Amino acid sequence: MGLLSDPNRRKALTNLLTRLNAPICMVCYLAAIVWFMGLAFEPFTLRTYMSENAMGSTMVEERFSSGERALSLAKEFDAHKTKAGGMPVEWLVKAMQARGLEVFTQSFSRKLPFPDENKERYMVRGTNVYGILRAPRAPRTEALVITAPCSPGNSNNQAVGLLLALAQYFRNQIFWAKDIIFLVNEHDLIGMQAWLEGYHHTNITGMEYSPLQGRAGSIQAALSLELSSDVITSLDLILEGLNGQLPNLDLANLFYAFCQKLGVLCTIQGKLQRNDWDTAEGYTHAAQTMMLMVLKQACGRSWGDHGLFLRYHIEAASIRGINGFRHYKMDVATIGRLLEGMVRKLNNLLERLHQSYFFYLLPSLSRFVSIGYYMPAFGLLAVILLLRVSFPGLMLHVCFSVSLQPSGPGVLTVLTPVVISHLTGVALYLLPVHLQEMAVEHFPVSETEAVVLTAVAIYTAGLALPHNTQRLLSGEGTEQGWKVLKLTALLYLAVLLGCTALINFSLGFVLAVTLVPITASMTPHMPKALSALAMVLLSPAFTILYCVFIYQELIEAPVSVSEGWMLFLSVISQGILDHALYGSLVYPLLALFVYPCWLMFWNILFWS
Amino acid sequence: MAAPLTLLLIVAVTIRAVLFRSSLAELILERVEVVSPLNAWKRVVEGLALLDLGVSPYSGDVFHETPLMIYLFHFMVDYAEIVFMIADGLTAVALYLSIQTYNKNVFRKQKYALESDRYPADCLELLRSPKEMFYIPLKVAMFYLLNPFTILSCVAKSTCGLNNAIIALFILCTLKGSALLSGILLALATYQSIYPLTLFAPALLFFLQRLYIPVNLRRSSFWFFTLQYAFIYVGSLVVITGLSFFLLGSWDFIPSVYGFIFSVPDLTPNIGLFWYFFAEMFEHFRLFFICVFQINVFFYTIPLSIKLKEHPVFLIFMQIAIISIFKSYPTVGDVALYMAFLPAWSHLYRFLRNIFLVSCVLLACSALFPVLWHLWIYAGSANSNFYYAITLLFNFGQILLVSDYFYAYLRREHHLTHGLYLKKKDGTEATLVLK
Repeated sequence: MGLLSDPNRRKALTNLLTRLNAPICMVCYLAAIVWFMGLAFEPFTLRTYMSENAMGSTMVEERFSSGERALSLAKEFDAHKTKAGGMPVEWLVKAMQARGLEVFTQSFSRKLPFPDENKERYMVRGTNVYGILRAPRAPRTEALVITAPCSPGNSNNQAVGLLLALAQYFRNQIFWAKDIIFLVNEHDLIGMQAWLEGYHHTNITGMEYSPLQGRAGSIQAALSLELSSDVITSLDLILEGLNGQLPNLDLANLFYAFCQKLGVLCTIQGKLQRNDWDTAEGYTHAAQTMMLMVLKQACGRSWGDHGLFLRYHIEAASIRGINGFRHYKMDVATIGRLLEGMVRKLNNLLERLHQSYFFYLLPSLSRFVSIGYYMPAFGLLAVILLLRVSFPGLMLHVCFSVSLQPSGPGVLTVLTPVVISHLTGVALYLLPVHLQEMAVEHFPVSETEAVVLTAVAIYTAGLALPHNTQRLLSGEGTEQGWKVLKLTALLYLAVLLGCTALINFSLGFVLAVTLVPITASMTPHMPKALSALAMVLLSPAFTILYCVFIYQELIEAPVSVSEGWMLFLSVISQGILDHALYGSLVYPLLALFVYPCWLMFWNILFWS
Repeated sequence: MAAPLTLLLIVAVTIRAVLFRSSLAELILERVEVVSPLNAWKRVVEGLALLDLGVSPYSGDVFHETPLMIYLFHFMVDYAEIVFMIADGLTAVALYLSIQTYNKNVFRKQKYALESDRYPADCLELLRSPKEMFYIPLKVAMFYLLNPFTILSCVAKSTCGLNNAIIALFILCTLKGSALLSGILLALATYQSIYPLTLFAPALLFFLQRLYIPVNLRRSSFWFFTLQYAFIYVGSLVVITGLSFFLLGSWDFIPSVYGFIFSVPDLTPNIGLFWYFFAEMFEHFRLFFICVFQINVFFYTIPLSIKLKEHPVFLIFMQIAIISIFKSYPTVGDVALYMAFLPAWSHLYRFLRNIFLVSCVLLACSALFPVLWHLWIYAGSANSNFYYAITLLFNFGQILLVSDYFYAYLRREHHLTHGLYLKKKDGTEATLVLK
């Protein structure tokens, strides 16, 4: 307590912090970036290991061999799908029943808030088909799920074929201690959402669905399978779920262990692991893989059908077969064996997966960065905000003198910009979807364009609005006024980013990297035009734009500026759709909190 | 001054009424930070249902409110929202009037001291002006009514709001000098949650000071008044407890309410320090540590009463703060009560050292509670340690806040007797250190 109660030492510390404030902040920022980039360097990461005892020590033998049957089922499914022009419900029901499952269907319908141009859908109507294999050896209180989406066109037929072949094979085994649910869902995530809501008797997104007739125990784990060709060269594991939630690391370890055992090439983010970590290329490769994970996690959408399970406390991952240009190819039977092994190990679980990490980043499948290693990178950025809060030495007294002023105009000068910024945020959140009809009437655009362009327009209009009204309402701004506003805004930003980083580290970090430098140094005395430009270039919307370009660069599909802009618009519409359909929180977070917070700093710049 | 207070009340009631009607009310009702097993509305409803069925409300292990409270809601259950809003308003008005009275007393004392030239010459800047003191009562009421903690507590219909009202009325009666009412209300507050028992000391000290009776163990007048006040207090406590017995027809409520408070069997997470500690503890140490934790709440009364015997009102503030930090089932409603007093000590701000740090910590913690709860309970990715870490930090912030005010108060008093610019013996500038 010496530091807190001894006035002399306190004074020394405060002096030091005040004098060296700017250099310390710079050092912190650079240290944060270096730390973050260093996370991908192999010696700084930990090797993954299986923590769960029930899955680690037991041996299973994989005997699945009906790869040919899976392929013929896939062809049959394809034929029926083309004939039915969608999900061949009757055929699937029959096929599952023939394999001895208890089969049920669930129909659902959903009207999207506005047409989804990426997937070309607006009024969605579909049916999920699922069959339950009852566990012969246990009281059926727990279940595992294997899903395969029924996608339009030619894709994913093999996944459904393999699912059915696995069902037939599993039916003949006697060691199942958990019910296994085989689910074929239509309209990818929408169907999945409907099924999960039906299974858990919830309705959080306003979906219309028929109740489930059959139910198994509480779901312990789920695997989603995407397979579009008869042979594959590698398997890709997808972990990022809704709102950046990740499944327990043991699920990834399990997948990796079986890939090793069966000699299957496995990738994450579509990137193979390299062994030359000590070369520049090796490091860059790992850094790219990790950056891809960060960007995917930051955008908060579900990157596979597994993503929605995570919300219900169910560990889930998607496995996607990739047919590339390698010589070494694997047939469906090998993938079947891999799935069999994974499901058998999951079947051995005595409790939910909880031993291993939930907060991690993966620079490769065999290496991981845990929360204790990556949080300091964010912590260093947060420290800058706190240092700047204490910097203009008198901040504390400013704060008090304002609260002591009897008539309280000081509070009012701060309150007005805060309220106006937040009202702009609410407008940005509500208006795009609600005003689309009006926009379509008056402008020659489609609904989707109307929504996105309204959002962009409100965002831009927000820049003009607050500082004008503030001047109108309270006359000339005082020197003290902006200091108090800055104090409030810095604290607000620190708490906001801290909470975000806890829930979704990547999002918090990406926002902090762009928002912290400009917000920390903002004063009204800077050259207006230049700093206004810097602020706009580091605003949340531009952060999204940069992320789009970096992402395209990382997946080795670079885009031109105009393509990038179109992608940016589609990302916004997808963000709004994800919020409306599945309850993703990134859009409301940005619109209701981050953007208003940024506007407060914008307000400080034009304080007069 | 009545107009701003009325306006404030209207604003506060409007906010609460809107929140009661919104979908947020359901959400707030479930928050562990806002309701504890003692004062959750759900449990009161459960108790009422049992009572209506003719079963003792304490027969299950759900209901832990006092019998008087359940009989109050037996008649008022349809108007529960109004009752809670009135309780909040009542608390605010009582605090407003108390602080007004207190400020008048302080100012009168200061005037006498000035006239008798007791203050050192360089201390004039420390003296309080009527202009600065004029808005303090209103600010106190505002701090209570518009504090998000109070609003949450009221919207969750946590009975903590009613306990706060009783304590606020007790403070008002004490400051107005009515020993009888003060004793009765203190007994009522004790009956509600035991811990206000420690407020007996400051109330007694206040009355002694008011009647110019020196605190001297050899003087009969001291003993006479102490016994008189203690008699009022104990007498009303006995009457209230007896009344509960006759209402209920059994002594069930004693173990179910007071046993529940003391032995802490319910380890639902809350913002306090008990739950995690006792969830982790081996069973055979439990009794010992329960004793330690409970004695901790009461123990500070003695040293604080000795140190602050000249300043009973500040002592009341300290005691309420200590109770709300260390009690077994604290909620944010308890925190809100002592936070309402902070504007009354706004003249201490030049001596406060960590107020900024503390407000940042409390602010960050309030935001982190729901986030970590979400990660622990819904996402399943964090665990109880994360949540408890924030609880610890929150309590650390509160303790720092209270000790900071304590230090600042003592330091101002020291300056008022010894002069503002202290010199060491060798003539250099001295600094005060709290040891």
